[in-house]
Amino acid sequence: MSLAETTSAPEARARGPVPDRLRAPWEAKLKSWESLLLVVAIGIFILNSFASPYFLNAWNLSDATFNFTEKAMIAFAMALLIIAGEIDLSVASIIALASTAMGLVMEAGFGTPAIVATGLATGLICGAFNGVLVTRLGLPSIVVTIGTMSLFRGISYIVLGDGAFRGYPSDFAFFGQGYAFWVISVELVIFAVLAVIYGVVLHKTNFGRAVYAIGNNATGALFSGIRVARVKMILFLLTGLMSGVAAVCLTSRLGSTRPSIASGMELEVVTMVVLGGVNILGGSGSIPGVVIAAFVMGLVTFGLGLLNVPGIVMSIFIGLLLIGVIALPRLWAKLRGKA
Amino acid sequence: MSFVKSREAILLAAIVLLLGLIATRFPAFITPHNLASVYSDTTPLMILALGQMVVILTRCIDLSVAANLALTGMVCAMINVAAPDLPVGLTILIALTMGAALGAINGLLVWKLAIPPIVVTLGTMTIFRGVIFLLSDGQWINAHEMSANFTGFPRQVILGVTVMGWIGLAVALLMALLMARTALGRSFFAVGGNPHAAVYTGLNVGRAQFLAFVISGALAGLAGYLWIARYAVAYVDIAGGFELEVVAACVIGGISIAGGVGSVLGTVLGAMFLGIVKNALPVVDISPFWQLAISGAAILIAVTFNARSGRSKGRVILKSAEHAQ
Repeated sequence: MSLAETTSAPEARARGPVPDRLRAPWEAKLKSWESLLLVVAIGIFILNSFASPYFLNAWNLSDATFNFTEKAMIAFAMALLIIAGEIDLSVASIIALASTAMGLVMEAGFGTPAIVATGLATGLICGAFNGVLVTRLGLPSIVVTIGTMSLFRGISYIVLGDGAFRGYPSDFAFFGQGYAFWVISVELVIFAVLAVIYGVVLHKTNFGRAVYAIGNNATGALFSGIRVARVKMILFLLTGLMSGVAAVCLTSRLGSTRPSIASGMELEVVTMVVLGGVNILGGSGSIPGVVIAAFVMGLVTFGLGLLNVPGIVMSIFIGLLLIGVIALPRLWAKLRGKA
Repeated sequence: MSFVKSREAILLAAIVLLLGLIATRFPAFITPHNLASVYSDTTPLMILALGQMVVILTRCIDLSVAANLALTGMVCAMINVAAPDLPVGLTILIALTMGAALGAINGLLVWKLAIPPIVVTLGTMTIFRGVIFLLSDGQWINAHEMSANFTGFPRQVILGVTVMGWIGLAVALLMALLMARTALGRSFFAVGGNPHAAVYTGLNVGRAQFLAFVISGALAGLAGYLWIARYAVAYVDIAGGFELEVVAACVIGGISIAGGVGSVLGTVLGAMFLGIVKNALPVVDISPFWQLAISGAAILIAVTFNARSGRSKGRVILKSAEHAQ
């Protein structure tokens, strides 16, 4: 990856004409990835309302948000992690482990507060484990999280085997099945609050600038006084914590824990982040982009669901989306370069 | 002398120690007959790991191998249902070709569009699984629908070892020959060891990566036929999550995830290590549900070990800068 960056930089500078002024801010905004994505989202919305008569219904639309809220919570933290040049493929397995831990606490007779605290704490511990291996031992995050992906879920399988935890207390259902008011679910509120927090952190704080700096040039960032290992550690902790939050919501919504819970979700989270315009090689991306991408994916899967498309066929679509979103701009640039 | 200190020797010693430990609780485990069956059982893992080795050597990773195996296996099974009298040789040829074609899709996306391999193969992994569902309509193909020579071939025993085991051995020898004795094999090491230097010596980095994916795909296809025929059943979720075990075998075998370092013998031993653990679990009364966690822990321990031993001996000028990269 570093090869591609170092060899392509001078070429890119030489290829195009050097602009004598920056594009007007409104023009840049209009032509940005986020606006394109917004148009796509609106297009899918209109298409869906034509495709199915059941689509334009406040309660149905409210149900549709459950398709993306849990994934998007993780995607916010994952976006920061990917911008900083790392990745965490173990998020779905963290959900499995956190949910299993919550089940154990529930079986031991504790109430909702303890169950929720256990879920969040397990997420944090898993994140810390990934973070220590990556930042202290200097191991590549892809391999570490491939390892923990099977370790964390493996522990769930050891605890549960082919069994399941059921019988969560009724007030625990609040997080995944409750509504704040009318059709606005508790999950949607959590999603919105987290979106604002992550947006502010990434775009308005020193910490956010440090994340971009590390993603563009980690060594350079270190020499400008950014504590690179510490920032990365915090990002792994955040990703773990968000997986814990998602585990609370998902477990509460399903009302049960199986070791196969949320399997394959890491793919959807990464797809959401990449679709949101975050560069998979790090260095650029935005939270508004991820928010719109969440809506796009939620609308698409919900629309396909209304048309009775089975889940595994939808996963073909997600896979194509992931590759297509990265491939098409590169293909386009290649074709334009040749013409 | 250098072999004694090498990674392969340490791994071999660990395997012997492991077998010794198992034998203290269950002596029948180390009879030649049982060891031969453990070896045969591990053959698919070994074949896939050898393909994955080439990919990792070139600084890539292929997470789609298990899905490739399942898709190619399903297609082989469907062809067998449609044409039961097709010679097994032709089925194997179809499996190799189809697997290679699926691998080529990964390779082209990595080579021509420079998309990170992890993203490409995560995507194709789900796409391949989805395609199996579309092809099979979610139905299983069971033993009674397959012809006897289709399922029987890998299970025939020659000199105490199954044909599947002999095929695995042949693949390992061919790969050893390819890696050590051909320009292509050497180029995989060069490309992964130092891509900059490889470009200056006239090697096409992207092309080498493409060919690595094709090899990995072809071997996954071969393993697909063997798997379906051996277990005599084909369905969507076959070998689900197996890609993690394959990566684990490579990492345990001493393949550096940073590229350029690894050997065929190491990979074979890595696969054998996992295979022995897997087969020993039920024997020593540990639930098979431990398997996933054990592969995960093995990946982490091995990658930590690799990073320690592989660190360059040069003088470290700025200690904290090491972690930044």
